[in-house]
Parts: sequence; C-alpha cells; structure tokens
Amino acid sequence: MAEINQGVRETVNSQATQAFYRTLSQCAISALTPIAAVLVALAFGAALLWLNGFDGSDVVTVMVLGSFQDTRSVGEILLKATPLILIGAGLCVAFRCSIWNIGAEGQLYVGAIAATLVGTSIDGLSVWVHAPLVMLVGALAGAAWAGIAGYLKVRFQASEIVTTIMLNYIALILTSYLVTGPMRDASAAYPQSARLVREAWTPRLVTDLRLHIGILVAVVLAVALYIFLRRSSRGFALRVVGLNPHAARYAGMNVARNVMIAICISGAMAGLAGAFEVAGVTRRLYQNISPGYGFEGIAVALLAGNNPLAAILSGGLFATLRSGSEVLQINSQVPQVLVLVIQGIVILSVVAFAKLRDILRIVA
Amino acid sequence: MSTRPFLRLDNIRKRFGSIVASDGVSLEIEEGEVHSLLGENGAGKSVLMSMICGMARPDEGDIVYKGQLVSFASPRDAIRQRIGMVHQHFMLVPNLTVAENYILGQGSALSVISDVDTVHRKIRELSERYALNVRPDAIVEDLSVGEQQRVEILKVLFHGIDLLILDEPTAVLTPQETDRLLSLMGDLVKDGKTVVFISHKLDEVMRVSNRISVMRDGRVVNTVKSAETNARELARMMVGRDVRTELPRDPKPPGRVVLSVENLACRAETGLPAVRGLSFDVRAGEIVGIAGVSGNGQTELSLALSGLLSVDTGRVALNGQDITGLDPAAINARSFSHIPEDRHKHGIVLPLSLSENTILQRYDQKPFAKGGILNRRAIGEHTRDLIKRFGVKSRDENQAIGALSGGNQQKLVVARELARNPDFILVNQLTRGIDIGAMEFVMEEMLRQRDSGRAILLISTELEELFAICDRILVMFHGEILGELPPDRNRLDELGLLMAGNKETAGTCGVDKRSLGRL
Repeated sequence: MAEINQGVRETVNSQATQAFYRTLSQCAISALTPIAAVLVALAFGAALLWLNGFDGSDVVTVMVLGSFQDTRSVGEILLKATPLILIGAGLCVAFRCSIWNIGAEGQLYVGAIAATLVGTSIDGLSVWVHAPLVMLVGALAGAAWAGIAGYLKVRFQASEIVTTIMLNYIALILTSYLVTGPMRDASAAYPQSARLVREAWTPRLVTDLRLHIGILVAVVLAVALYIFLRRSSRGFALRVVGLNPHAARYAGMNVARNVMIAICISGAMAGLAGAFEVAGVTRRLYQNISPGYGFEGIAVALLAGNNPLAAILSGGLFATLRSGSEVLQINSQVPQVLVLVIQGIVILSVVAFAKLRDILRIVA
Repeated sequence: MSTRPFLRLDNIRKRFGSIVASDGVSLEIEEGEVHSLLGENGAGKSVLMSMICGMARPDEGDIVYKGQLVSFASPRDAIRQRIGMVHQHFMLVPNLTVAENYILGQGSALSVISDVDTVHRKIRELSERYALNVRPDAIVEDLSVGEQQRVEILKVLFHGIDLLILDEPTAVLTPQETDRLLSLMGDLVKDGKTVVFISHKLDEVMRVSNRISVMRDGRVVNTVKSAETNARELARMMVGRDVRTELPRDPKPPGRVVLSVENLACRAETGLPAVRGLSFDVRAGEIVGIAGVSGNGQTELSLALSGLLSVDTGRVALNGQDITGLDPAAINARSFSHIPEDRHKHGIVLPLSLSENTILQRYDQKPFAKGGILNRRAIGEHTRDLIKRFGVKSRDENQAIGALSGGNQQKLVVARELARNPDFILVNQLTRGIDIGAMEFVMEEMLRQRDSGRAILLISTELEELFAICDRILVMFHGEILGELPPDRNRLDELGLLMAGNKETAGTCGVDKRSLGRL
C-alpha cells in the first residue's frame, strides 16, 4: 500500500514538475519577447538617427537612460503611465471578449468632463468624499459613453470599431464646445474650465512631485481585472463569449449582457483615466487634455497580450518611451517628426513580436 | 490496360507534427479505371490524394505518374500534368459567375484576360457532353450544393485532366444526385479518363468501382477487385475486425413522455421556412432517430429545441412543462442536454482547456463557483473524473481541447452532457468525424443512457448509426416528417424513398398513422 502511495505521489510530483517547467517556459516567452521587440526597435531608431546625421547612440543614452535621471523624471514617467495602465488594462478585458473598443480616447474625455463638472460645481465636501466622488463619476461617465457603442452593437449589430471611433469625435468636439462655451472660465485668456475645488483634487503621492495616487489605483485595478478575468465566473463567461459566441449561446450565457459588461469595464477605466488627468494633473479641463493616451492604450493592451497584469509593465514601457522622446527632442534637437517615427517603429515592432510570441507559445 | 501503372505511389510517408497521416502507402492506379479509396474518417485518404494533386508534399516516397517521377509544388503543377481534384469543401468564389471562377487562376498575372466568349462556349460544350446542366453565367452562391459540385467537377474538366480525384463527393448529395454522379464517373471513364473516388460508403463504392483500396490508420490494407468482394468483407478490412452491426439492448417498453413536440415550425437564418409543423414524442427509455439527407431542417429543429433559434408556431414541452421560446440557459436548467451537430461551432471552445470546456454551462453554479469565484479544485477534480470514466485521451485536464482528436473532443462533450444528469438528450450527429473506437463507445453509452430511462432524440444522416441504436426512426424531408419506420435494415429501400421525399410509393406500409394524422 505504501509503495503504491509512493508511486502515486511520484507521478503527481513529476506531473507537477512538468507543468511547472511548461509555465516557466511560457513565462520566459512572455517576458523576453517584449524586451526583444524594444531592443530591435531601438536599433532601428538608432540607425534612423545616424542616417539623418545625428548621433545614433542618443536613442539609448537620451531616450531610455535620460528618462531615469532623477526622482522628478521618474515621477513624470509614472504620471504618464497612470492613464496608459488604466486604459490598457481596461482594454484587455474588452479585447478578451472580442470587442474592439477603439474609443478609449473619447471615453477618457467624457470622464474628464464629468469629473470637471463634479469638481467645480460642488463645494464644501471633505477631501475624503470629494476626491473619490470625482473618480467615481469619471469612471461612470466613461462606462456610459462606451455603453452607447455596446448598446448599438448588441441591439443593431453595429460594428463597435466604427461607433467608438465616431464617439471619439463627438467627445472631443463636445469638450471643445464646453471649454469655449458653457464651462469656460471667463477670466482666463485660453479656453479652459474653472479650476476644480481643492477638495476634489487627487491627493499627491509625494509632496513636491506632480505624481498622484492614481498610479496606485491603476496598479490595484489592473491586478483586480487580472483576477476577475482568470478566476471569476463572470470573467470566464466574458472569455467564452470572446472566443466563441456560438458556444456561449449554446451554454446559456447571455452574450449581449457579457458584451455590455466588458465594454463598460473598458470605458470605466478610460473615464477614470480622464478624471485623474483633470483632478490629478491639470486641475482644469482643456481642449487637448490627452495626448492620445486612448490610442496608445490599445498598443499597451496588445503588447500585454490582453493580460491586465502585463499591462502594468507595458504601460510603464510606453510611458518611458513617451518621456524619452520628449527628452530626445529637447536635448539633441532631433526634429519631432523623427521622434514620432521612432515611436511608430517601437509600436510596429511590439505588435510584430506579440504575434511571434503567440506562435512560440503554441510551439512550446 | 497497360502493363505499367498509370499512377504509382511508392512507400509514401507524411506526418503532421506527432500525427502520422500516411504510413508507407504503396498504391497503383491503372489507366481508365474507377479506383475507390475506402476508409473511415481519419484513415488518411484525403491526405494521400492531396499529395497527388500538389496540395501537400510527401515526407518520403515517390509518386510515379505516366512513367515519370513527379513532384508537385502546387495544385497548378498537378493541373499542368492533367491531374485534378474536387475537394470536400468547394473551392469556388461564391459571388462570381461559373465562367469567372474558371478564368480565375488561369495563366499568369501578366497575361491578357481570356476571351470570355470562348470560355462560355467551352463550358456549354462540356456541360452538354456530360449532361451536367451548368450555366456559365450563373452566380455560384445562387446554386444548390449539388449544382456547385457539378460546377467543381466541370471546372476540373475545363482545365483538361486525365486523372480526376473526387473527395467524399456524395456526402452532400441526395440519393438521386448521388446516382447521377456515379453514372457521370462511368461516362468519364468511357472517355478515357481515370477516376479516384474517395468514400466511406460501402454501397456506393461497390456500385461504381473497378478496384477498391481499403485504407486504415494511414496504410493501404488491401486492394481488391470489386467483382471479387462484398460489403461485409470490405467493412471488416476498414475496421480491422468484424463490425458489430447489432448492439445489445434491453427490450423494455418505453415509459412516460419526456419530450413532446407539437406542430413546431421555424425558419432558417435565411428567413426561409425550415421546419414545417413537426409533431412527435420522445419517451423515457427510448431512442428516437430522425433520418434525412442533410439540409432538410434537422439543424433548425435541434437549434429550435435547445432555444438557439426562435420558434414561429407550435409547442415544445419537456416533462410536461412548456419550454417553447425559453432561452438556452432556462432550457439547460430543465434537465435538457444537447450534443450539438457542429462541435467546433457550438459544442466546445477550442482554445480553452478541457476543464474550462467541462463547466461551459455550469460555470456559475456550485460546486464549480462560489461567490462568483471559480473553484479550480472542484473543476479539476470533476474534469479528471470525466476524463477517466470516458477514456478521453489527453495530457491532463489543463490541455487545450483543440489539441485533442475529434473523437476525444466528442467524448468530452458526451461526458459533459451526460454528467449534467439529463432527462432528455438531444443528439445531432453523434459520430461525425470521430474514429471507429470512439464511435462504438459513444453509441454504447447512448444505449446505456436509454436503458437507464433517459429519453434520447438522435438526429443523423448516417443510417448505420440510426439502425444500430434507435428504437424507431422518423424520416424528415423538407422540414416535415414523412413517415416512421422500425430500425429494420430490410426496409432500407423504403427509408431511402422517404428520404428522397417520395411519400406515396413508400408510405403505404411504413407510415405511423398517428404521426401522419398530426401532419
């Protein structure tokens, strides 16, 4: 009897070991391919700079290392990473459900508008109430904005790719209208809203940096979405709907409800990012409050392989590249167009390597 | 016939990953014969032929064609050597005309577009010569499946061929269309062409071929002259042992009515009526079969019963409760199991693991989920139990189900549906695309379910499957039930006539008055 038990234990052990090595190799593939992608892209970038008469090594020294000069520059990277992680992690959920939400930019703006309204119109609340309220309202507004596209999809089978892009334009133009019209701060020279009351501001993480607690919220939410997708039954249903809606219907899942939930989660994350931009960074609503975080978030999710946990890292990477390109522009007088080209190469390389990773995973 | 073979395959080997598709196949095809390649699904027939027509290349071995060693890099090379293949899945562009489809792929990208009038004339000539009834200006998607197949055959003839390979051509045809195709093969041979006919249907193979090669597990088991063999011997060669045509069953009379369908009507996705007023009952402890050529409303019937297709009129009751128009979740919850026709579309989610596929319907129920969180231990234990009980061959329960063979995928679907402890089991195409071992297993499992008092509706296009396990067989044609027969092989002719919609000639003795009365 004991011998049999021993045998059983050994088989179980060896199975567990095998599974462990499989997981390990999968992890290695997951981790190494993005690094390879960035290295290849930087090499291309260096070649491009060199061809244009600049010092090719600037790409590394200025763009990457330059971003980590001091606490202030690290703080700026994390500040930029906050919306990218939020949006990227949210889009992972939508993409896992096969919903191609291209409208995070618009959802961010609507979140920012709602946050501004709550942050400017109410006064006298404690910071413990007002600051979270601003975040919550921003998230709800983003979810509602995304929900429009979701409703059109489940009700009329309208492609969310088209509707979310169109809703982007509406949100951007709505913002312009509001800050030049009804919400304009009459005393300001530029089109901008009134300043949010102090209690509505997102608390700072370190007193003398712009960095606010949004980065912590982003990381916590990304982890929560990861657990949601992997471990919860709702997350399971979302994945089944995304992989095979026919099988989902067969199994009795409500496809429309799951689509709405997934798109609203991604919208809420983008709306929250918008609220943080207003309440944590600018304190006012402007026309161009986002430099394209909503679109870059798509690349963040893709690089993360639609895994919210990995979106924390890929969001951080994109933020580094973004600040790096600013530093490169200032320090080496490299024209902005060239910097944009390098960024483009990074994104293309990242997408190509993401595809390669999927192939490697199947082989391994 | 000449002394040297028209086409000779010498020790052909081909593997895909860990699967050996051709395991040293040697085969000789003579000029001017109809040579059948007979074998179960997955025996390696199609793979072998795809190597002859340039779709795949052998890992080892030689192909000698007309006395010359050949190696085709693409189907175009094979066509240049006058070898053409009609595939199971048609290779036509649906929104182009017949003539446009033929022009496609001809000549190089730089050559001038062919003279359309000449093409039309040539199509009409060929169509008349072989009585194919193909119009060159017809749009492909407007044609029926049978017509599209004739378009495919004519396409190959149009390109000019000496060797025609037909891959399971009769699977999509009515008996009449099948007859027509078989006589076409005779005409082609009279014109000096050679035909290779791939099939797993014994009777067709016996009727049409000069010689028959039987394949099993990637090898040619034997080549025989059709005049010197019989269906029973061929079946034994195909399976490797005597086929049990009768499975033992308990002769107990059926019990109470479990599923009752009254005057059910529904439309297909295209909006056309597919099921036109069906009525039948399925009782506890019986297997009711629905026979019919595919496309006669069977798909819509099973989708409507399981709540995946909306019902126009009529009533479906399960255990006396009206379930008409309920959604799949509500129907699933009422002791209703469904083994779907299209496994990859409805039955499973290919990239997900066996575990995840096992809880597809019960992902939010205890013990698989508690407080909205999946209980991975309970899911894993349950799946390992099913894998063991149903002999699903897999690495472990975390393997993606897409990595399993069709037979093992089906076993898991059957296991999952039975584990839900149903009163009623709807089965559509129980044995489609699975190997013979799995086939026998799932059929025996269905009989065990019957004997334990469950009600089973088995929709199938495979008559053998119906004869083997059903208690009675309903025949469906154009969305109606034309008659009911006992599972008696002696009445195959009658069944065939009903399947072709011929009620008057067949109906006199076979139709159950009760079910006719309801029509």
